[in-house]
Amino acid sequence: MSELAITGFSASYGSFRAVADVGLTIAARAVTAFIGPSGCGKSTLLRSINRLHETVPGATVSGTVTLGGEDLYGRAVDPVEVRRRVGMVFQRPNPFPGLSIRDNVLAGVKLRRHRLAKAAADNLVEVSLRAANLWDEVKDRLGKSGTSLSGGQQQRLCIARAIAVEPAVLLMDEPCSALDPLSTLAIEDLMASLRQDYTVVIVTHNMQQAARISDATAFFSTDGPRQPGRLIEYGPTTTIFSRPAEQATADYIAGRFG
Amino acid sequence: MSTQAPAPDQMSLSTSALLPTPAAAPDQTSAPAFAFAQVAMSASSHVPAHAAASPGGRVFPALTGARPAWRRRFANRFAAIVAAAGCLAALIPLGFLLAAVVSRGAARFDLAFITQTMRGVIGAGGGALHAIVGTVFITAATICFSVPLGLAAAIYLVEYGRGKLARTVTFLVDVMTGIPSIVAGLFAYALLSLLLGPGVRSGLAGALALSLLMTPVVIRASEEMLRLVPDDLREAACALGVGKHRVITQVILPTALSGLVSAVMLGVARIVGETAPLLLVAGFTDSMNLNLADGRMATLPVYIYSQWQNKGLDAAAYDNRAWTAALLLIGFVLILNLLARLAGRLFAPGAKRHARAS
Repeated sequence: MSELAITGFSASYGSFRAVADVGLTIAARAVTAFIGPSGCGKSTLLRSINRLHETVPGATVSGTVTLGGEDLYGRAVDPVEVRRRVGMVFQRPNPFPGLSIRDNVLAGVKLRRHRLAKAAADNLVEVSLRAANLWDEVKDRLGKSGTSLSGGQQQRLCIARAIAVEPAVLLMDEPCSALDPLSTLAIEDLMASLRQDYTVVIVTHNMQQAARISDATAFFSTDGPRQPGRLIEYGPTTTIFSRPAEQATADYIAGRFG
Repeated sequence: MSTQAPAPDQMSLSTSALLPTPAAAPDQTSAPAFAFAQVAMSASSHVPAHAAASPGGRVFPALTGARPAWRRRFANRFAAIVAAAGCLAALIPLGFLLAAVVSRGAARFDLAFITQTMRGVIGAGGGALHAIVGTVFITAATICFSVPLGLAAAIYLVEYGRGKLARTVTFLVDVMTGIPSIVAGLFAYALLSLLLGPGVRSGLAGALALSLLMTPVVIRASEEMLRLVPDDLREAACALGVGKHRVITQVILPTALSGLVSAVMLGVARIVGETAPLLLVAGFTDSMNLNLADGRMATLPVYIYSQWQNKGLDAAAYDNRAWTAALLLIGFVLILNLLARLAGRLFAPGAKRHARAS
């Protein structure tokens, strides 16, 4: 199964420790939200799950992350292989410029040098775009540039691109923060359907969004600037939002800080 | 502001400019905005405008005449004229140079010039075919040496280089950029003398010397171009589970391709007119030499120099040939530039460059 287990996990940029001693288990086929004030390390933790954190010069980690029981940070594990299993969608839509909508969806497969028959490619494009709720809007212009789409459509194109390589986990780093309310709604609807097939982890600053779409919520916070982020509370979203155990969680959710 | 009432035309301007604000302003700011309108109207009824205060106690002078608009306009116009004059001043010598080269080079700008060599020619006649071929050959060989080397170094610096080694490479590249061309020529000459015996001259040696000059230019320029590729794209490709070398060859290089083409062109422009190192290591000949690896090879810059330097009895014929060769050299650079722009446009993101991928 594609359950994620994070234990004793810390991540640093050089001498700055961004995340300290985090442990949580993320259920498969569910949406888990990471919330917390800026600088609490939630994005860093997210980027550690697909080992993108370590691509930053000077970045280090300690602790373990397992996916379905396999250690993602194992000695013999190729980080590139990890990223094939754990897809990611970024804050700003980033389709490849100069690639058509179709080629953007196929980018992950093609860049890995996989050969694909035209029929199989057509099928993959349609399935991925349908899964990203974008097919009906773009099916007549698959040859157009990916950057010609609106911001919300571009973000769904990026989701389709991530889905096309058939990952087990989908990480989303504030996927709606650059989008208008209608596009946000489209992405939120999409996430509700994605949870049937993927383990979805989303970082969001929008607490209503976390409450609307997630099954479980993890609240992170820090003791101050340049202090490492810590996991304060983790549990079912309804519990976190209605009866939080920690005062800090209650304060944050009530909008008293962050 | 003067105490005199504003001129009627200014007055009407201020009133019409300010009156619409209450309607356009959001509710919470409509009160001060309305005060604005009153200021404007009171100005029209000969009450000093600056005396009117908004409800918040802040004093807003009337816009008209508060700070003379003509001063900003004048400063702006003045700066624009100075900049344009500087640009023009830089273009004047270029214009004269082009005019001189074209008018004097026209005398021998004929078919014979580009189809004949100087073999056995004394006095008038002859051409520069051997020098044209030599320049094309040596430039092509230099590109073959410098571009892979320069591109590899730039990729290292942008995508891999960290810490001390990267800083050292950058420093050495900077130093290399400043190497006088004659030193590069002497280096190539000394190197080949040690390897192949003294006095060896060949087109390849010339290309070696020129590579020393071109490589740092290519490194610096393509480094800049690669840094312009947004990190978003690197991360996007990386997060799709694409290996680093594939990210570089399939995403970063194609995205930067048009810029990389201009980087190479910058390098070519740097070396195509070089004379001193070629004079040393490629030498000069009146005859065609199609073998880069062996024997003296003429090039356009050296041809110009030798025509001017070693005039025979019919001095005008030698001068004319030098001017025409100069014209050809400028034309050569121009054509290369146009080709690079064309290539840049063809390869730019958005063009159908990934058609082959599907």
